[in-house]
Amino acid sequence: MRIRTFSRYASPLAAASVLVLALSACSGGSSGGGGSTGGGDAANNLDGRGPITYVQGKDNSNVVRPLIDKWNAAHPDQKVTFKEQSDQADQQHDDLVQHFQAKDQNYDVVDVDVVWTAEFAAKGWLQPLKDKMAIDTTGMLPATVKTATYNGTLYATPQSSDGGLLYYRKDLVPNPPKTWDEMMSMCSIAKQNNIGCYAGQFAQYEGLTVNTAEAINSFGGKIVDDSGKAVVNSPEAKTGLSKLVDAYKNGNIPQDAITYQEEQGRTAFENGKLMFLRNWPYVYNLAKTDGSSMVKDKFGIAPLPGQNGPGASSLGGHNAAISVYSQHKATALDFLKFIASSDTQKFYATQGSLAPVLSSLYTDPQLTAKLPYLPTLLTSIQNAVPRPVTPYYPGVTKAIQDNAYAALKGSKSVDQALTDMQSAITAASQ
Amino acid sequence: MSTQVPPRAASEAATREPHHTPGKESADRRQITQGRSASILLLPTIILLAVVIVYPVVNAIIMSFQKDAGLVNGFFVQGGAAGFDNYTHWLAQQCNGQSCPPGTLGSQFWNAFGTTFFFAIVTVALETVLGFWMAIIMARTFRGRSAVRAAVLVPWAIPTAVTAKLWFFIFAVDGIANSLFGTHILWTGSEWPAKWAIIISDVWKTTPFMALLILAGLQLIPDEVYEAAKVDGASTWQRFTQITLPLVKPALMVAILFRMLDALRMFDLPYIMTQGGNNTTTLSILVVDQIRQGFNSAAALSTITFLVIFIVAFIFVRFLGANAVGAATSAGKK
Repeated sequence: MRIRTFSRYASPLAAASVLVLALSACSGGSSGGGGSTGGGDAANNLDGRGPITYVQGKDNSNVVRPLIDKWNAAHPDQKVTFKEQSDQADQQHDDLVQHFQAKDQNYDVVDVDVVWTAEFAAKGWLQPLKDKMAIDTTGMLPATVKTATYNGTLYATPQSSDGGLLYYRKDLVPNPPKTWDEMMSMCSIAKQNNIGCYAGQFAQYEGLTVNTAEAINSFGGKIVDDSGKAVVNSPEAKTGLSKLVDAYKNGNIPQDAITYQEEQGRTAFENGKLMFLRNWPYVYNLAKTDGSSMVKDKFGIAPLPGQNGPGASSLGGHNAAISVYSQHKATALDFLKFIASSDTQKFYATQGSLAPVLSSLYTDPQLTAKLPYLPTLLTSIQNAVPRPVTPYYPGVTKAIQDNAYAALKGSKSVDQALTDMQSAITAASQ
Repeated sequence: MSTQVPPRAASEAATREPHHTPGKESADRRQITQGRSASILLLPTIILLAVVIVYPVVNAIIMSFQKDAGLVNGFFVQGGAAGFDNYTHWLAQQCNGQSCPPGTLGSQFWNAFGTTFFFAIVTVALETVLGFWMAIIMARTFRGRSAVRAAVLVPWAIPTAVTAKLWFFIFAVDGIANSLFGTHILWTGSEWPAKWAIIISDVWKTTPFMALLILAGLQLIPDEVYEAAKVDGASTWQRFTQITLPLVKPALMVAILFRMLDALRMFDLPYIMTQGGNNTTTLSILVVDQIRQGFNSAAALSTITFLVIFIVAFIFVRFLGANAVGAATSAGKK
């Protein structure tokens, strides 16, 4: 009898919990296989106003919350909620993919890394910013607008930018090199001082794609053309990649650098073990203020050296986009404009050391007093080339990393590496 | 269940149906009712298993026979049926009808396969030997034994991701490993050092697990057996090979099986320490990389990985006597 009573209550209970599980499993992304063209969703809710959610990775420098507070104070009926993701780029990407697949209406405005924009746009997840939803991009750095553009349409507003800088030891080299060859000719000074000459990020990860693309673009090569077709097997690209490979072979790039990501390079530079370092602007403040930094007053910054002048930096940074599934797109659009506004950009720069997307701010005396590297960074970003704008970016970056790494290590000739890179990019883009 | 019928039930049955043999009839019905209530009780579990195990597996298999979405006018559209393309993509390394060029994921399948098994075999072998040794020490009676047992567990208790980051720093160029031995090895910068760095970290992390499983097996061996052997004049080595090894074998095989399955799906250690660079990509890393490029090919790859692991488990259970599943029943029979 007791058993029967138990089972009478247990079965519905279990069935209910199973149902809950099943439902949550379904909403987790059973649509699994990619996206639709999103034509219908993109036309909906253009006039919708109301509360929205802004999704971004971890707010390390506490710039997002004050900004949203400011917005909410001014728009009490269209409040923005902040959904904070992890601080790992891969996890942020996968989180966005899951929510887009589930057509989540609660991801209204999302922060996308510049290299994801094309992929999300091609999957039909981002609201095209045209006609009624158009946004004014005059005054923004052209390279940043390019990262937000796919197939001739703007899909996001540039939110923050980033470019590579050359950190150099001004106590050893009073005038920074302007060209790559000039920099290599200075390496004898490093040798005399028994330190490494030049390093960037050469471990096998995204940083290597950035550095390889810079070498190739700086010498006039291209990785993909405007239609996304691989064109990396060219004499220009070969010259560029050879410069890196030769420098590694002859020791101008120290052996250790093959394990360097951003942080290892920064540590080596701060410990006085490197004469030239290619890195992002974030290093500037740390190298100036870190207690362990031995180069506090001994380093300067310059644009990356190129073939005949400044080289082509790869572009970092983030864009902000509206989800096509958002219910309140009019509010979302206003929020995008708010993010891209001069005031916000200034706040990002002063509070979070984020590089602005508006060129006028790079010479703003108030900002340059706080961030002295801004004018140099402007040169870097003005010469910058976005990494391949392609919806197949994960496959393309893999093709670049693997083959460039093999070339650096000497297990493959530069010619072979570029041939393989070309066919791997082609294979990954089908 | 005994067939004896409680008196009250029997008398009830007898009063209702006087023409039949009362006891047997009632027992039959009782068995049917019990069978029914058993299946009702089991139903939620079965439904739950169907939802959380059968559904995802079947779904993954269905997905693996579909093409990944392709670009039409700049937008992704569903690809349709793929036949066995996703499988030949991996097994025959075919990318769009030609052999996959270096730098594509498809070209890395057999490398990843080899790497995975290399890691699994080497780490499990080392862990078995070290774990056995640790277990024998922990099985002895000495002061502070429980403290030692707790201390041994520490590496196992630390999350793998943390372990991986820890060893990543230890094996950095200017890290502890190099300064301790006065070497200048680029641990994460070339193939074999990277592989050994991962093996060392994995052994450090999971030997305690192995040791505890073996220890549990050791403690089931009664002391009397050893005493009797001693009386008969068996040497330490003889006692180890003639008593300890055969008696601990069931527990040992289960421990090896568990570790083997674990090692075959190794992901976090190599992913964090080397990002899969320098030929340290395992099958699981390949699956995750592929998920970012296309779900359906990833489904095919995970199905292949699942089958590989299943076959290894089957071999262990069927031929090597790692009776993890039936262990409880056979113990119950005794």
